[in-house]
Amino acid sequence: MSTQITNEDLELSVLENDVAETPVAAQRLSSLDTLESEAIHIIREVVAEFEKPALLFSGGKDSVVMLHLATKAFWPGKVPFPVLHVDTGHNFPEVIDFRDRTVERLGLKLVVGSVQEFIDSGELAERADGTRNPLQTVPLLDAIQRNKFDAVFGGGRRDEDKARAKERILSLRDEFGQWDPRNQRPELWNLYNGRHTVGQHVRAFPISNWTELDVWRYIERENIELPGLYYAHDREVFARDGMWRAVGEVSQPREHEEVLTKTVRYRTVGDMSCTGAVESAAATVRDVVIEVAASTITERGATRADDRISEAAMEDRKKDGYF
Amino acid sequence: MTTDIDTARAAALLDEAPLASRILSSTLFRFATAGSVDDGKSTLVGRLLHDSKAILADQLDAVARTSADRGFGGEGATGTRAIDLALLTDGLRAEREQGITIDVAYRYFATDRRSFILADCPGHVQYTKNTVTGASTADAVVVLIDARKGVLEQTRRHLSVLQLLRVAHVIVAVNKIDLVDFSEDVFRGIEADVQQVGRELGLGRDESNTDGVADLFVIPVSALDGDNVVDRSERTPWYEGPALLEVLETLPAADELESHLESFRFPVQLVVRPQGALAPDAVAGGLDPEAYRDYRAYAGQITEGSVKLGDQVSILTPGQAPRTTTVTGIDFAGRELTEAVAPQSVALRLADEFDVARGDTIAAAGTVREASADVYAALCWLSPKPLREGAKVLVKHGTRTVQALVRNVTGKLDLASFALEPTSTLELNDIGHAQLRLSAPLPLENYLHHRRTGAFLVIDPLDGNTLAAGLVKDHPGDHEDERYSI
Repeated sequence: MSTQITNEDLELSVLENDVAETPVAAQRLSSLDTLESEAIHIIREVVAEFEKPALLFSGGKDSVVMLHLATKAFWPGKVPFPVLHVDTGHNFPEVIDFRDRTVERLGLKLVVGSVQEFIDSGELAERADGTRNPLQTVPLLDAIQRNKFDAVFGGGRRDEDKARAKERILSLRDEFGQWDPRNQRPELWNLYNGRHTVGQHVRAFPISNWTELDVWRYIERENIELPGLYYAHDREVFARDGMWRAVGEVSQPREHEEVLTKTVRYRTVGDMSCTGAVESAAATVRDVVIEVAASTITERGATRADDRISEAAMEDRKKDGYF
Repeated sequence: MTTDIDTARAAALLDEAPLASRILSSTLFRFATAGSVDDGKSTLVGRLLHDSKAILADQLDAVARTSADRGFGGEGATGTRAIDLALLTDGLRAEREQGITIDVAYRYFATDRRSFILADCPGHVQYTKNTVTGASTADAVVVLIDARKGVLEQTRRHLSVLQLLRVAHVIVAVNKIDLVDFSEDVFRGIEADVQQVGRELGLGRDESNTDGVADLFVIPVSALDGDNVVDRSERTPWYEGPALLEVLETLPAADELESHLESFRFPVQLVVRPQGALAPDAVAGGLDPEAYRDYRAYAGQITEGSVKLGDQVSILTPGQAPRTTTVTGIDFAGRELTEAVAPQSVALRLADEFDVARGDTIAAAGTVREASADVYAALCWLSPKPLREGAKVLVKHGTRTVQALVRNVTGKLDLASFALEPTSTLELNDIGHAQLRLSAPLPLENYLHHRRTGAFLVIDPLDGNTLAAGLVKDHPGDHEDERYSI
């Protein structure tokens, strides 16, 4: 190689001169740019190293951001994997509509795992409290096995919960989808180890390091469309477990529960039977960014009945194969 | 039922455009904490989160209830004295049941200037594994010392690992300064000991030691009361330096420090070629397939340095001589950039139609030495399965994974004395030196100067588990540089 100049001494002297106090030449990337590049790097690594990845897509803001990042990672190519939705049968209709429009627009394949089908066939039983979130695990694992997905992307973030705070970006799961917090691979530098044996698969969380505020700032910056219920709107609600629940087919007020019309929005969008709305006048993405920046309560604490059941609710679900 | 809002903060965000724009353009800074539970690490982390207002009301309520149940702070305690801040970082139920901390936990908080990612590394069990993991991505590491105990063997071990991993900034927090009556003498004694260890290790840069690997700061703090954590304390008038958070807010991140190096490095993750023979319909919706008929770019993340349009680059493929070409495009999701820097993820277009594949590295022309199949490296052994000479392993470097043979283990580091002891095996949490022979030559570089291209994973070919973190020592063609031969 004729151009091979490697002058270790020169390089060393550069290093030494610099350490004193050289003004840094390169412009610093903003934290959002850094997080975006990290996520794109992870998405590309998984696509390169796995046979058959899929992206868990519910129409919720984190999964919408994930899909947006995937379109950027492979531009001008198409997103090279299908999306997977575990439909509890209790989803908000407008979110399902949004899901279908998005999949159509991007020309993606949608795989649906249906909680209702499992209940109808007797493989799952409805819970006494009517919540279907914990029932998602069985259809999820079934869809993973049937489609032979060896990597599944999720929009989980470490700031959401103390179990997630300890989970790896690439999280190895066994045949039962179980997460073993005591047996995780160390994750070093930006080198991700996705090796797995037959029957195992990997859950990949490229936006692990994002906070709720980062997600909203990114949605604002990238002008990403979301289901309308993330923004303030008038809705018939009733109070239960300290949250506003929407009146709908699967969430009916009980006798003593008064129905009111409130201006609300959702901070998370999940199963209608366990997701609460918050009173809010934040009608635009900018309003929401400011609301989230100044919020004094966490998003799961504010809106998720299933995470209030116990302090270790998420930890237990994860060990059983949940996201 | 409402999202309770800190109205003063919301008003500040709305009315003070400069504040809002600062928040929107803040930079990212990653740091890790190292120290044992007894040093008050959890309390310090809880204090940072609490005082930087990262703890929201529902979390604080839960912690206050638990603190009261356990009688924390004693009768009549008020304010944060009545709250066990360590509970803010309380972990999994599996951990509480066993009274141990299993693993590195990641936590997030932000000030107006920066967003922080904190890797909270447990200190008492498997500290090497956890510290190596946390430090591998950290811009800075905060090491805790109990002011009543001073520099212990464990402190020396922690600092030794940080030196080895080339963490850019090391901050030693001398905690529980309240328990030694805010004594300047105690602090100065510990500070001198830390500086001494730093000199032995080659940590710490000052006028007399410009070769030091990292900056070294020593700060007196009380995590329990918050002295010198977020704000400077009036109770340590003899200390004129910055508070911990001030240091974290102003230190340059590792990428900033390294971006001056004219050593652009770009491991190719995949080839973006939507109209390739294998994927004829693979152009994204809304784009004209004809316009991208001949599109071909190499996607990856810049691991070091920067690249501009027109730059001369070399393509490094194992077993081939480097091929030199010109960068004709830097694409980012439809935007054409003129320049990109680490750690941006981009796609590069090149002037010549070379055969480039995943695992190849694109580097600034003329800045990379000959690839080598022989590696001399420090290995941080992270697996309960010990390393034996002659073991067959996998090595993942950049985006390429190759088979490797561990030819010999040449020594094990005594982290307390920094001496190399003879051994032929490495066990969990050992750091040793080994020689490996790779099945293909890779563009390995000295970790001392290249934190990314000098690093690799050692993987078990049987179960796929990560066995070790590898740090390339001198290039095989070099003589051993004694200064760094710890």
